[in-house]
Amino acid sequence: MPGIEYFLNAVTPFALLIAVAGIVAGVVIGALPGLTATMAVAVLVPFTFGMDPGIALIALGAIYMGAIYGGAYSAILLNTPGTPSAICTTFDGYPMAKRGDGDLALTLACLASVIGGLIGGVFLLMLAPPLATVALRFGPVEYFWLALFGLTLISSLSEGSVVKGAIGGCIGLLLSTIGVAEVGGDVRFTGGSTALLGGIDVVSALIGLYCVPVLIELVATPTPHMQLTGRVASFRLVEAWRHVRAAWFNLTRSSVIGTIVGILPGAGGSIASLVSYSEARRASKHPENFGKGEPDGIIASESANNATVGGGFIPTLVLGIPGTPPDAVILGALMVQGIRVGPQLFTEQADTVYTFIYGLIIASILMLPIGLLVGRYAFQSLIRVPKALLAPSVAFMTVLGSYAVHNNTHEALQMVVIGGFAWVMGRFGFTASPIVLGLILGSIAEGGFVQGHMIGTAKGSVLMEFFGRPISMVIIVMLVLGLLYPLLSRRAKKKERVNEQ
Amino acid sequence: MKTMKHLICSSLLVGFSCLAIGADNFPDKTINYIIPFGPGGESDVTARFQEPFFKKYSGGQTVAIQYRAGAGGAAAWSQLNGMTADGHTMMGTNLPHIVFQPMETNSGYKTDDLNTIYWFHFTPDALLVHKDSPFKTLADFTAAAKASPGAVTVSGTGTKSGNDLAKARFDKMAGTKTSYIPFKGTGASNTALLGKQVSATWGYTTSALQLGDQVRCLAVALEKRHPRLPDCPTFRELGFDLIGGVYRGLAVPAATPKDRQAKLAGIIEKINHDPEFIQKMVDAGYTVIDVGPSKMVEFMTKIKKEYGEAASELGLQVK
Repeated sequence: MPGIEYFLNAVTPFALLIAVAGIVAGVVIGALPGLTATMAVAVLVPFTFGMDPGIALIALGAIYMGAIYGGAYSAILLNTPGTPSAICTTFDGYPMAKRGDGDLALTLACLASVIGGLIGGVFLLMLAPPLATVALRFGPVEYFWLALFGLTLISSLSEGSVVKGAIGGCIGLLLSTIGVAEVGGDVRFTGGSTALLGGIDVVSALIGLYCVPVLIELVATPTPHMQLTGRVASFRLVEAWRHVRAAWFNLTRSSVIGTIVGILPGAGGSIASLVSYSEARRASKHPENFGKGEPDGIIASESANNATVGGGFIPTLVLGIPGTPPDAVILGALMVQGIRVGPQLFTEQADTVYTFIYGLIIASILMLPIGLLVGRYAFQSLIRVPKALLAPSVAFMTVLGSYAVHNNTHEALQMVVIGGFAWVMGRFGFTASPIVLGLILGSIAEGGFVQGHMIGTAKGSVLMEFFGRPISMVIIVMLVLGLLYPLLSRRAKKKERVNEQ
Repeated sequence: MKTMKHLICSSLLVGFSCLAIGADNFPDKTINYIIPFGPGGESDVTARFQEPFFKKYSGGQTVAIQYRAGAGGAAAWSQLNGMTADGHTMMGTNLPHIVFQPMETNSGYKTDDLNTIYWFHFTPDALLVHKDSPFKTLADFTAAAKASPGAVTVSGTGTKSGNDLAKARFDKMAGTKTSYIPFKGTGASNTALLGKQVSATWGYTTSALQLGDQVRCLAVALEKRHPRLPDCPTFRELGFDLIGGVYRGLAVPAATPKDRQAKLAGIIEKINHDPEFIQKMVDAGYTVIDVGPSKMVEFMTKIKKEYGEAASELGLQVK
């Protein structure tokens, strides 16, 4: 194992204390809707300046890891992803919580996060320099196709009507064009207002789309906010472990997907969990249970998003290119510390790097006891809180969280408007996820297309640029299969039914 | 530091001026330092460099760094003059952003609305290629660009931005035509270079240092070579009068009392002359400059003229 001699640096009492503190801080910030992992890291960066670089990195890595996991709490208990990475955790987490299995869902999320984080960390430890080159093979065109592939997932994600899912996706795509175009600089659909120059923020849209309809339902229905069946256990570790063991293949696949997506700059935890979720559903023997409280869905989403942490550090440390948005902040912190990242980092500053990597792996393990304890507390207090108190506190958090995005009221306003819109749309059977997908993937697809087109024009052939590159071709094949999959599976099912008869 | 202050006071022997400072204990609480971008960028990093020195030179007061990203900085800049004008609020400003944005769109502010009290450093433009690139020198690059106009691709951050401007200015000086491919952020632009998606990158001395051996620096837009990039020639050495980059400064709400503005500018000036601070900045690839209140009008007039000339190249209409 490389750099094993630095393992001891990562298990000093101080390093462990820092890791525990980082995880706790991250989990709490991540659990609050609107406060993302990027923010958690940014807020706590100044505290690390006085520390030794290796320890400072452990602190930041632990906060990041904790925040990504923390997003699962509000996803499961409130149907609101605490961070964008936890979008897919809501799909099965909230239905489980509603039917009284919230404790099981939280325990599953914890186990999956720990294992995902570990697998990402091991890849970082063993294969960082070779894997970093993956980041460089993805050019604008590959991002364009990847984003289109992501959009095809709408067909497998949308509950009920595929047409409504597609309409939702288009709404998301349109929303993504608002504001100053990233590439080209044109000002679009702002109606002349400065408030929309920055576009629709993904985090405030998330809070609006997911949380506001739940809040309205909470207030509009007389039933208690959570069905409780029998005695409430604090955490159901044995039962959860049985699920996780049975789903070992799903877990490994999702963690590897998470690591690879984490390596790609420009993608992130949200895309990682999305791809893993849809793959898990596609491979499942009971795809019809997904979206109705299927443990495999939580396992896929949570292991993938925590694996992006280790994956994202790979290009950050090896190439000096941040793999995910929180990595950008950590890279800034490293520059302030005077650490020059790059391939030479692993040899010249081996003590710092390996202390950090071992620290990150230990932090993922520490997440198990911390996560279970915090989860137990969160779950029990959420059950006990009367609805009359819960609804206004959550409403307050939505405003606070969306304001915190840029310390600006613009985003809070966006959140309320989008939330009202989502509630109305929900009445007509449109779900939030396709809209969010369109919003996130729209800008990636657009940037990739425009850049690819410009490069292709300069090279003399736009067609070759888009269709002639090996990785693009693989993604195009996946895209076509993804598009046809619902049709094929329906036909297969029909045949099965005919055979049964 | 305290003894130093006493020393200055007693040596001046003008009790009055010391009293005047004593009467207004500004700054007497934490100063809000607003970054109009997200965390982790160069505005953030340089603010973090200033942070410990601020405490040293302000008589113990700290700065609280906050982020108000949005619309490339415009979201925060359009609000600056509405903020509390007691000297305890200051905001980072950037060139060419604050000159180009109001030209481009209804950004919610005008260039002259922003009361910048000090430009404290700049990140000089640098033309970078991949280490495996056939372009060994700037001459190779311009020769290729002249041989097949438009076929040489150059990545950069954003449109009508510092990189776009550098590209336009250089193309004009060298009589070349290159294709500018805008990316979202320096990270993405650098990735395109390392992944060989583009022939070159208009970046900065900071990215040249950060990417290290993976890239070759063809030239920097500085008067003299950067101490940390001794092998990279300046454009001037190679016959192009190109000096520029992204300038970063600090602005306060326009209504802030003049004496407090002067005091803040004085603190920033002292930080800028601290050898330890300069060393940190240089090591990271920045170049410290001193444009304080006395030089501000002259500097801004010159820079607006320079940008105005380049604006037409970028398709901007000067209002």
